Amino acid sequence: MSNKINHSMSLASPDAFHISTKQKVALGIGLVGLLILALALFNVHLPNTGLFLTLSLVMIGAGVVIYSREAYLTKLEGIKNDGTWFKSISSRGFWGWALGVILTSFYIVLYFYPQYLGLAKDGAPNTGLVGLFDPLSNLLSGRNASQWFVYGSLYTIAILAFGYKFILKYRHNRYQQIRTMSVMFFQLGFAFLIPEFMYVMNNDLPYYDLKSVWPLNYYIFDEWSVKGFLSNGNLGLALIVFGIVSTFLITPILTYKYGKRWYCSWVCGCGGLAETAGDSFRQLSSKKLSAWKLERWLIHTVLVFSVVMTTAMVYSYLGKDSNNFWLTRDVFITAVIVFLTIIFAGVMYFRGKELGKDAKAGAIGYGVVIALLLFMHFTATTENLFFIKGGTLRSIYGIYIGSIFSGVIGTGFYPILGSRSWCRFGCPMAAILGFQQRLFSKFRITTNGGQCISCGNCSNSCEMGIDVRAYAQKGENIVRSSCVGCGVCSAVCPRGVLKLENDTMDGRINPTEILLGNDVDLMDFVNKK
Amino acid sequence: MEHIVIIGNGISGVTLARHVRKLSDKKITIISAETDYFFSRTALMYVYMGHMKFEHTQPYENWFWEKNRIELKKGYVDTIDTDNKTLFFAEGDQMQYDKLVIATGSKPNKFGWPGQDLIGAQGLYSKQDLDNMEVVAPNNKVCKRAVIVGGGLIGIELAEMLNSREIPVTFLVREDSFWNGVLPKGESRMINRHIKNHHIDLRLNTNLKAINSDENGKVKSVIIEETGEELECNFVGLTAGVSPNISFLKDSKIDTKRGVLVNRYLETNIKDVYAIGDCAEQHEGIGNRRPIEAVWYTGRMMGETLAQTICDNPLEYKPGHWFNSAKFLDIEYQTYGWVFGERGQPDYEKHFHWKHDDDTKCITVAYHKDTNAFLGINTFGIRMRHETFDKWLTENRDVDFVINNLKEANFDPEFYKHFEKEILATYNNQLQTV
Repeated sequence: MSNKINHSMSLASPDAFHISTKQKVALGIGLVGLLILALALFNVHLPNTGLFLTLSLVMIGAGVVIYSREAYLTKLEGIKNDGTWFKSISSRGFWGWALGVILTSFYIVLYFYPQYLGLAKDGAPNTGLVGLFDPLSNLLSGRNASQWFVYGSLYTIAILAFGYKFILKYRHNRYQQIRTMSVMFFQLGFAFLIPEFMYVMNNDLPYYDLKSVWPLNYYIFDEWSVKGFLSNGNLGLALIVFGIVSTFLITPILTYKYGKRWYCSWVCGCGGLAETAGDSFRQLSSKKLSAWKLERWLIHTVLVFSVVMTTAMVYSYLGKDSNNFWLTRDVFITAVIVFLTIIFAGVMYFRGKELGKDAKAGAIGYGVVIALLLFMHFTATTENLFFIKGGTLRSIYGIYIGSIFSGVIGTGFYPILGSRSWCRFGCPMAAILGFQQRLFSKFRITTNGGQCISCGNCSNSCEMGIDVRAYAQKGENIVRSSCVGCGVCSAVCPRGVLKLENDTMDGRINPTEILLGNDVDLMDFVNKK
Repeated sequence: MEHIVIIGNGISGVTLARHVRKLSDKKITIISAETDYFFSRTALMYVYMGHMKFEHTQPYENWFWEKNRIELKKGYVDTIDTDNKTLFFAEGDQMQYDKLVIATGSKPNKFGWPGQDLIGAQGLYSKQDLDNMEVVAPNNKVCKRAVIVGGGLIGIELAEMLNSREIPVTFLVREDSFWNGVLPKGESRMINRHIKNHHIDLRLNTNLKAINSDENGKVKSVIIEETGEELECNFVGLTAGVSPNISFLKDSKIDTKRGVLVNRYLETNIKDVYAIGDCAEQHEGIGNRRPIEAVWYTGRMMGETLAQTICDNPLEYKPGHWFNSAKFLDIEYQTYGWVFGERGQPDYEKHFHWKHDDDTKCITVAYHKDTNAFLGINTFGIRMRHETFDKWLTENRDVDFVINNLKEANFDPEFYKHFEKEILATYNNQLQTV
C-alpha cells in the first residue's frame, strides 16, 4: 500500500504525485522571496530595503498564487484532495517535520529573542529582518517596525495568498469562498491596517484589534491598557466600552443566531491562518476518543486560568478605599462572583439535565474558579496576588498561554497536530463560545436521513478533531461545542449528507438509533424505548 | 449464554452485532478473512486517491470491539454443518454457534472473458483488491494505461481513482449510454459528457472480447469485440456488477439461488441460520426492489431488523421508500422514490426533466401519467433532504406539489445558488406546450 507515511529522507518523492514545471517555477519564485527574508535575517546588508521588501513579499505572494492556479484551475471544479496523505509535507513526513521545526523555532525567536530578528533596543536603528520591514511600517504609521509588525505583515500575506489558494480549491462552493473572503478582509483591515491607522490618529492609544474579544484579547483589561484607553478621552472610553460590550453582549447574541462560527471561521485571525495557510494540515488532527478527552480538560483549564487571571489583573490595580472610586476591590470581587454564580445557576437550571455527566465537570470548574478568587482575595496584599508579584503573574499568563500555547505550539505544530490545535486545545475564547454554542444556539450540522455511507471523509477533514462520521452514520445532528463551522465536512461529503444550519432550538438534538429509510414501525419501536 | 456467530464484518454484520449488543448480553463473534477490523468498503477509493489512510475508513477505534464484548475472529469459513451447528475453517479449526448469520457480501462478476484471471485484471471490492491495485497500478510509469469494463458505479469510481494518479483510462461500456439501465436519458447523457471532460476515453456500445497476457502472466492488452482493436494496457478493471459471495455454502443444507434465500424475517430454510446484506436474496422483491440489493444502507437496515428478531422481538424486514446516492467524479447524485431509466421505464411513468446550462446539474421527477402522483426524483449537482422526500412519498403528494415546494427540500450549503424558480418556470412551460 502506498498510503504509508514516507519517513525516508530522500528528496525525490517515490510516489505518483508530482508537480508540474509551472509549479516548480512558482515554488522557485516563492523561495527566492523567502531567501530575501532569510538574507535579511542573517544580517546581510541589503542596499534598498524598500525595494527588497516589496520584491520579497510580491514574490512570496506570486509564488503561492501561480502554484495554486496551476493546481486547481487546470482541473474541473470539485473536491480535489488527491494525494494529501502521500505528500511528505501533509502526512507528517520529512518535510512536514522540517516545516514544523522551522516554524516553531521562528516563534521561539519571535517571542523570546526578538533581538535576533534585528529588533533594536533603546532607540537604535533596527537591523536584520525587522529593519527590512521599516519602510512598510513607516509608510503605514510613521514609526519603525517591531518584531510584531514583521509578524503581522507575514501573517497577513499568508492569509491573503493561501486564502486565494483556498478560494480556488473550493471554487465550486460559495460558502467556502465567502467565508474565506471574510477572513481575509478581517485580517487585512481589522487586524493589520486599522490598528496602524489608529496609531497615526492617536499614538497614545494601546494597540487594539477591534475584532479581538476578551479572553482572546487577554490584555485588554490590564492596567496599562485600561490606563491607555482612559487617558485618551472619549475615543478611549468608547473603545473600552466596546471591549466590554463585545464580550458580554455582542458575542452571545451572534453565537445564539449563527453558532460560534461567526467568530472562529469568519472573523478570527487565528482561525483565519488555520483555514488558509493551515488548510493543507487540517486532516492531521487526532480523532481519537482520548484526544477528545484531553481537549475538554485542557481547554476548560485554560478558560478557568484566564477568568481567574483577568480578575486578578483588574483586582491588582483597584483601590481599597471607596472614597476614591466606587469600584473597589471588594465590590469588584463580589460582582465577579455574583456574575459567575448567576451564569452557573442559570445553566444548571435550564440545561442541567441535557448536560448530564458534563454538569458535574462544570460544577467542579465553577467551584475551582470561586475558590481561587476567594483565596486570592483573602491572601492578597497591595503587592502580591496568590503570593506572587502582580507583574510576574501577568507575564506568566502572557508567556504560557499567549505565547507558547497559541503561537509556538498552536501554529508551529500545524504540520504535526493539524491546523487548529490551539483553537481546539487552548483557546479560552473558543471555550466560551463553545459553551454558548452547546447551550443556546440555533446552529447545528444536520445529517441527511439515511444517506451516510460511513466513508469518513468528513471526520478526516475535520480540523477540530470531531469524529463527524460517528454522528452522521447514526443520523444525528452534530451539536458540538468545539465545532467552528468551517463547513469542510459538508463540502467533502460524497453523498451530500451534512449541512450547516441555523434553525429553531427544537429538535436540535435528535438522538435516534434507527436511521431513516427503515420501516416506520421499527423506528417507532426503537424510539419509544 | 447464547452464541451469535456472524460471518462477515461488513456493514450488515457489524450493524447487527452492535444492535444485538445494545439489546442483549449474548455472546457475539464476528468472523472475517478479509480484515481484522470493520472498515467502510465504499471509502476504499479514497485510500488509493490519498484523501485518507486505510485506518480512517474504520468507523470505530480498535478498542471498541473489546469494550463492547464483540469477539473478532480472523478466518475463512470453509463449510457449515447446520445439523451440529458447527463451522469449519479453512485454517483447520472449528466453532460452535447457537445462531448463525451469513453476511458475506458480494464478489465482482466475471463473465468468462479469456484472460480474466491474469495479474492486473481485477474488480474493486475487497481490501485485497485495493492492495493488488497498488502493486499493478501504483503510478503511470508502471501502468501506462488502464481499461475498465462495465459501466456502473464501481467502474466510474475506479476511473476517478486511476485518473487521480494520472493513469490514462479507457472505459468500455456495453450500453449506448452510461448506466442507462438505471438513469433516464438526459442524466445518462450528461454523465457521458462529464466523464469525457475528465479526459477519460469513454467508449459506448463496446464490449470486451479478451484480455491478452504477456510472458509473465500479466495483462498486456485487451481486444475489443466490435472493432477487433487491440488496446495496450497494464490494468483491467472488471466492474460489471457484483454477485453474492456464497460459494462456501454449496455443500451445506442452506437453500441458495443467486444468493442465500431468506424470508421476510431474514431466516433461511434452516432454523437459527439467517442471512443479511448483499448476499441475502428475498424470494420475491419487496415492492419495486430487486430480490438482491447490493446497497450499503439496505445491509445496515437488515442488520437493524434482524437484531430485533434475534433478541426476541421478531420483525419483518420492511424497507421504507427507496433512496440512494452516489458521486460521478465531481457530480453528486441522489435519488428518492422510483425513477426508472431509459430501459425498463413502465408505461405509466412520465418524466419531467430540467437541466442547468452548465451541464453539471439536472433533476428528473417521475410521476404517474394518469394520477399525477409523485413517484420519485433524481437530482444531480443539487442536494436534497431525505426526510422531506420520505414525508412527501408517504403523503402521496402529486408532482405539482413537489415542484412548487422544491425549495423546502433543498439541502445545499448556505449561499449556494438556488434553481427552484428556474425549475418551476421550465415545468410550467412544458405543461403548456404539451
